Amino acid sequence: MKHILSALVLNKPGVLAHVAGMFAARAFNIDSLAVGPTDDPSLSRMTIVVVGDDRVVEQVRKQLAKIISVVKVQDFVGQDTVSRDLMLISIACPPEKRPEMLALIEMFNAKTVDIGPKFVMVEVAGPESKIEAFIEACRPYGIKSLVRTGTVAMARQSHGKIEE
Amino acid sequence: MAISSLPQEAPAQPPTPLLKPGREVIVDILIEQGVDTIFGYTGAAVMPIFDAIYRRIFPHTGTVPNIGPACPNCSSQCRNYGNCAANGIDKETRCLTPLFVENDMSKNGNDAGTVYKPGSQVIVDMLLEQKVETIFGYLGGVVLPLFDKLYDAPIRFIIPRHEQGGCHMADAYARATGKPGVVIATSGPGATNLVTGLATAMMDSVPLVALTGQVRTDLIGNDAFQEADTTGITRPITKHNVIVKNPNDLAQTIREAFHIATTGRPGPVLIDIPVDMQLAQCPIPPKKDIELPGYKLRPQGHSRQISMAAQAINAAQKPVFYVGGGVIISGAAETLRATAQKANVPVTTTLMGMGTYDQSRAESLDMLGMHGAAYANFAVQHADLLVSIGARFEDRVTGNLKTFAPNAKIVHIDLDPASISKNVHVDIPVVGDARQVLEAMMPELEHKPRTEWFEQIAAWKAKHPFRYDKKKDVIKPQYVIEELYRQTQGDAIICTGVGQHQMWTAQFYKFKRPRQFITSGGLGTMGFGLPSCIGAKIAHPDKLVIDIDGDSSFNMTLTELSTAVMYKLPIKVVLINNGYMGMVRQWQELFYGRRYSQSSLVNPDFANLARAFGCAGLTVDKKTQVPDAIKQMLAEEKPCVVDFHVDREENVWPMVPAGKSLHEMNGLDIFEMA
Repeated sequence: MKHILSALVLNKPGVLAHVAGMFAARAFNIDSLAVGPTDDPSLSRMTIVVVGDDRVVEQVRKQLAKIISVVKVQDFVGQDTVSRDLMLISIACPPEKRPEMLALIEMFNAKTVDIGPKFVMVEVAGPESKIEAFIEACRPYGIKSLVRTGTVAMARQSHGKIEE
Repeated sequence: MAISSLPQEAPAQPPTPLLKPGREVIVDILIEQGVDTIFGYTGAAVMPIFDAIYRRIFPHTGTVPNIGPACPNCSSQCRNYGNCAANGIDKETRCLTPLFVENDMSKNGNDAGTVYKPGSQVIVDMLLEQKVETIFGYLGGVVLPLFDKLYDAPIRFIIPRHEQGGCHMADAYARATGKPGVVIATSGPGATNLVTGLATAMMDSVPLVALTGQVRTDLIGNDAFQEADTTGITRPITKHNVIVKNPNDLAQTIREAFHIATTGRPGPVLIDIPVDMQLAQCPIPPKKDIELPGYKLRPQGHSRQISMAAQAINAAQKPVFYVGGGVIISGAAETLRATAQKANVPVTTTLMGMGTYDQSRAESLDMLGMHGAAYANFAVQHADLLVSIGARFEDRVTGNLKTFAPNAKIVHIDLDPASISKNVHVDIPVVGDARQVLEAMMPELEHKPRTEWFEQIAAWKAKHPFRYDKKKDVIKPQYVIEELYRQTQGDAIICTGVGQHQMWTAQFYKFKRPRQFITSGGLGTMGFGLPSCIGAKIAHPDKLVIDIDGDSSFNMTLTELSTAVMYKLPIKVVLINNGYMGMVRQWQELFYGRRYSQSSLVNPDFANLARAFGCAGLTVDKKTQVPDAIKQMLAEEKPCVVDFHVDREENVWPMVPAGKSLHEMNGLDIFEMA
């Protein structure tokens, strides 16, 4: 099962190596990892996606929390969360295919960020399933290159859903 | 209708890859790469490879392949370290002179009570603030500023002959006293030589602070002379490590290191200090409570969990306490004794937990596990409640996890939440310090007779004691240890290497008090015996400290004999010499068809060698000489090595083969003794 772990860590050199090293040393697999600063300059946020049964992930969570430079770890499983990936994708697109490509882009609420005679570069943000679906939709045209961030996530504070 | 008789072409198939056991593949690739000489040392986890090497090379050439037992740390790169340090000094002193780190003193200088001193002096001041009395370490180019300041400091300095030895000494000093051990090494090879020592301390949760020199900050990453990525290398084998790159951080980093090393589940902390930090002016901020946002301690234990555990103990018909080194670390041995006696529960300990419970008492089940007492293992397998206190369900203790303590509800008291439910599913977890949890639990416990359970245990104890063949006219290793136990009245501090002699010591020396048995349990570090014996002797100069060692373990670090001589430490080395890596040989005998691939050594004449070092040396090869030799050794004022030539192919019994259930012990009926 997929778990999203959100770790608040000290913004110090070597912390990423501590975290990544622990995963390697204990033979845990990371599905994706996204790191960035927070509003507090002394802290960074790591969002780590791990696949494993609950026992394994619980052990991952504990081992993460044990690292001295890791301040707090949350497992979002069972919680209502918003999770997002960002992707930049360059798709082969000759001028005659542009209209249908632009329709596709609009359908996915994506954004064209670069265009040339033979390609179009698109920015897509959303839950992982949407990103995967967009990739599949583009595959017939030919994907020239693709880059994705890891998942970032946050637990919902309210009970209603404005958008998913 | 005619069926086409055209020959059907078989569809092209990719050639099936040749499947071989991994060990054979490794040897294949070595041969393919033109390797003709291998340096190495065998051990449980590489035995299949050694078997493959034996199978491949030995039969064809008819000669013993050129596989020399080299130092396992350095392999073929092994260098005369003393000389390279001497060479290094010249090169490094050049870089010491010009460089001072820019430090804007005006910015921080206004803080009330902040003093500025050169980094090297700050380190010494911080060590004194932490009440460090003894440091173990080895010099080198980039720690010279620090050593210059240590020259005038009121701290005892012990120089080993190799950094690994120094690290083990600091480790044993910490195990023997409960105070943090301190070890210093230079950059590059100095730091990498600490690796085995740090990993040893990490696995056994020993509080250790390691200070390593590093090349100048502006040279880091340039492959400078004696540069190594020390924090990178030691990350997984330290509780925490940090490199100081800002003079403002130096003092507080050292304070934090001692705090982290000694609190919670202790462990080694390494601080890497570039030489320019030692020379820069560094502030010493006033001392205040250390607050680390990512380091929270919860020693009390949750009261509801404690009550649940107490109720489970009260309700149990067949409970067992399974006690590990955590009880020694938390100073809970007395509390444990009182708890076990109040609740009337038998106690078994791990190797690391030996000394927590008086082994002469009827409810003591001695050690459990692979070479543990049959009665301890049977009790665990029959228990309806297993209360683990400061232990971590390691594979050498549990045997096959699927069949471990099959009928027992499991209570786990441990300070480290990550230890709970790591290997076995725990029914009642209690995260907390062993002493505090047991103290809180005590009032809720009731004394239950459990007559049947204790009768059953007494029957197992009577039927399956630790034993050996006492009739044969050879020196049995167990006899040497029993005799040593008798003559020292079970009062000596015992250190060991790793292997058969370590297990026999655990079986035949009965320990009375915590911190009396110093051994590498988790990592299983051969060569730990002699340096740890030196470290323990320095911690307790007035106590009898004995290294019970194996010949192969002793060979690894015996150079430290000259440290013992230099500091006039009357340590004793009881050498259980069977001319083999005994435990490896035992496994080869039992599981590899007696093919003794690379497990025998040509030993020096240890007694003569000891005398050359300036120690006393004795050789014993007759059973009748054993008591007198031990008597003579105990009376000796110099460091003393007694080389006992024991029965070469004696095995450690009983034994749970790796992967088997704890009750499936071999060797219980080997001796049909009158």
